[in-house]
Amino acid sequence: MLELALDVGWGTTLAVKTIVVLMLIPAGALILGYTFLLKMMSHMQSRLGPMDPGGFHGWYQLVGDGLKFIQKEDIMPAEADRRVFAFAPAVVVISTFLVFVVIPAGPRLVVAPLDVGVFYALAVSSLSVIGVLMAGWASANKYSLLGGLRAAAQLIAYELPLVLAVVGVVVQAGTMSLQGIVEAQRDGAIFGWDGVGFPFVLTQVVGFGLFMVAAQAELTQPPFDMPVAESELVGGYMVEYTGFRFLFFFIGEFGTAFAFAALAATLFLGGWAVPGVEGTAADVLGPIVLFAKIMFVAFLMFWARFTYPRLREDQLQSLAWKWLIPIALVNILVTGILKVAV
Amino acid sequence: MAAKQIKGMLGGLGVTLRTMLQPTVTVQYPHEREEPPTRARGVIALKEENCTVCMLCARSCPDWCIYIEGHKEKRPPRREGGRERTVSILDRFDIDYALCMYCGICVEVCPFDALFWSPEFEYSEPNIASLLHDKDKLGEWMHTVPEPEPLELGAEPPKAKK
Amino acid sequence: MTTTNPTLPGPGGLPEFEVDPALYRHLADAQVNVELDTGDMILNLGPQHPATHGTLRLVVRLDGERVVAADPVIGYMHRGYEKLTEVRTYPQITTLINRIDWLSSFANEVPFVAAAEELMGIEAPPRALQIRLVLTELSRIATFLLFLGEMGLQVGAITPAFYGFRDREYVLNLIEAVTGGRFHPNFNRIGGLKDDLPWGWLNDTRHTMEKVLDSCDTFETLVADNPIFEKRTRSIGIIPAELGAAYGVSGSNLRACGVDWDLRRDGRAFLPYSDLEWKVWTHPDGDSFARYWVRLQETRESARMVLQALDGLASGPVMAKVPRIIKVPEGENWVSCENPLGEMGYYVVSKGATGPFRVKIRSASFSNVSILPWLLRGVYVPDVITILGSLYFILGDIDR
Repeated sequence: MLELALDVGWGTTLAVKTIVVLMLIPAGALILGYTFLLKMMSHMQSRLGPMDPGGFHGWYQLVGDGLKFIQKEDIMPAEADRRVFAFAPAVVVISTFLVFVVIPAGPRLVVAPLDVGVFYALAVSSLSVIGVLMAGWASANKYSLLGGLRAAAQLIAYELPLVLAVVGVVVQAGTMSLQGIVEAQRDGAIFGWDGVGFPFVLTQVVGFGLFMVAAQAELTQPPFDMPVAESELVGGYMVEYTGFRFLFFFIGEFGTAFAFAALAATLFLGGWAVPGVEGTAADVLGPIVLFAKIMFVAFLMFWARFTYPRLREDQLQSLAWKWLIPIALVNILVTGILKVAV
Repeated sequence: MAAKQIKGMLGGLGVTLRTMLQPTVTVQYPHEREEPPTRARGVIALKEENCTVCMLCARSCPDWCIYIEGHKEKRPPRREGGRERTVSILDRFDIDYALCMYCGICVEVCPFDALFWSPEFEYSEPNIASLLHDKDKLGEWMHTVPEPEPLELGAEPPKAKK
Repeated sequence: MTTTNPTLPGPGGLPEFEVDPALYRHLADAQVNVELDTGDMILNLGPQHPATHGTLRLVVRLDGERVVAADPVIGYMHRGYEKLTEVRTYPQITTLINRIDWLSSFANEVPFVAAAEELMGIEAPPRALQIRLVLTELSRIATFLLFLGEMGLQVGAITPAFYGFRDREYVLNLIEAVTGGRFHPNFNRIGGLKDDLPWGWLNDTRHTMEKVLDSCDTFETLVADNPIFEKRTRSIGIIPAELGAAYGVSGSNLRACGVDWDLRRDGRAFLPYSDLEWKVWTHPDGDSFARYWVRLQETRESARMVLQALDGLASGPVMAKVPRIIKVPEGENWVSCENPLGEMGYYVVSKGATGPFRVKIRSASFSNVSILPWLLRGVYVPDVITILGSLYFILGDIDR
């Protein structure tokens, strides 16, 4: 971990790490939400989006929204299961926090440099399914139950392409540690030229495509947003959530988008690495580079979100099981063969 | 088949990207304003001196939102030995814009051209009762009434006003 | 590809349509909070729902995700039009009937005014008829642009809806420049039109029609060519042609089933459509995609018609000689025209007064919606939304 000039005990380090991660999620959610949901979506729809709050192009809009949500009355349906209802958004947000623990932002800027970082990140991001099911069930509402069941089926179905898409990267890098994968991309070379290292997206194009599609489905964004279909079940499993509980879901959704974008940037685009830059310079430059790559990946995700209509639940499932998983398996096969033979 | 599908998916992305890069169509009201066209039916203005209290407008309103009260007064004859003239004086002319449908039948039906359309639309009020515009307020709208526009080619020239 | 309608007509003709009274009795007093028994769940797509274009209540009985029976409950927006017309004069009625189908309001006035003109024996001058045609087609374009956008919204794409509203604004600005009102023009009069066109309108309209053609291309790229949209709409909600005609489905819905019937060409000639070169678009499939496609092509065709009509605009007055107080002589008349939503007609009974004795309004959406109980059997819940969107009814038109 980052060696500070001062000698601090493990307690302080733990506290600092926790606070950094806790701050990162709402900040990431806010930035993604503002840039893409409010501004990019608006310009794609030929309109301006918020302009007044905060004076300069409405940057304060989401902060104001957050404050508004916090001061609202806490309403719970009378028939709802109180503890499950209250805990469900927390489960979703906690799983997002846990993903950020392993994402490196510099050679020494990582909260927990696990050797099985990829495995851990994917496993922990699946916890949100439980939260969704809890929300749908505890709302005591037919609509949200339908939405919760649809969401659970979808999330489970798209876990597999997500994981299998990443296996190709792991095979190519030879390690499951995210730090190792970033360094493998930095130290690689394209046909002998090591100007930009060797981002895995060049050979793992299929894997990158699969990861983006599966991440889109994991986030229940169009074209996979049947669980929260606005013009049908109006909010799905979240329909009974108001006030700060809804805010939690919202932060969870955009925080997870931030997390998946960070994962994609790390696994496929080279993460924080800038070839030729080492040591403390990389510690300073790394987060900025990572942020830029995250924004690029998030741009792709949200671009697809605002353009496409949604798939029906059975079409969505058949896409996952009949198309994405076989393609992912073939991808792993080909990567394995090429890794050994070439 | 697959090529057509891929082209279809990419085409949609291209449309949204292109729209994002073009300027938006938003008019940021109230900082910017779009002027409504000359004929826009914003508010009805009353030219009091033309009104003869014939009540045609009040009768022809589909909503019965025009309230007119008047009385007759005697005036001296115009020349010596003539009959006394009776003149209608307008006491009250209210248009209730909470009911008004902005159909324009009253403006059209008035035989003395006492009612005019004006494109002015920014007169919303915090309470409904203030939407009843009385005679003076309707007279104030007169200075927002635009000149009638020239007509297109091929149209009959408008008849001379009496 | 399997269809979602379990029975299709065979070569013999109409399928058997059996009504199980017990099923519909339960639907009539459906309650929302029943026990969650997926074998027999009753879902209330209530009067307030983003997908039902207004206050339509659709009570469906579900088995899992499939609809077993559906019952539309209308009347939440009944405004008593036919009663209102009994106590209003003809100019006042022209104002009110703008609001039946509010998205294409100019087109609502035309059949009524044509009926009254026929009873009076008055013919509107040719320039008036041509401008009426142009404004009717502009209303059609305005309505269909909104449809092209919001159909995307029903299947989940949020962006086309904004394009629909944006492009519609250009047409509404044109209508406002002529009539003074964007949504409720109130421009038809018995004997012609209220006013002539303002200076510069012809050029503005020509530019706007070019923009309309461009935006139709945008919709085609963004929505119609999208494979996801095709997956969501092909083979969904197939209306067999004879069944549609039997139910009274009209307009683009019927043309999307392959029936080559358009009152602009095949009905009585109230507007000079025969002077223009235009084509009636049909599609053989009868599914939701066909309805979208037909309306897309009709929008383009309307834009071309407007351009042609403007080039051949006659000169002259826009109002025939009519008495100041209009009293329609005794008689009855039925006129129906091809409105954007379908066939809209007025049956005017006059007893010689300044207002009609009775007006019966035949609105297109009322018949279009009547096919829903048949159409929604065996359909998935998301497809219910798609079908509702593709039939394109307006609640004001259903309930009057």
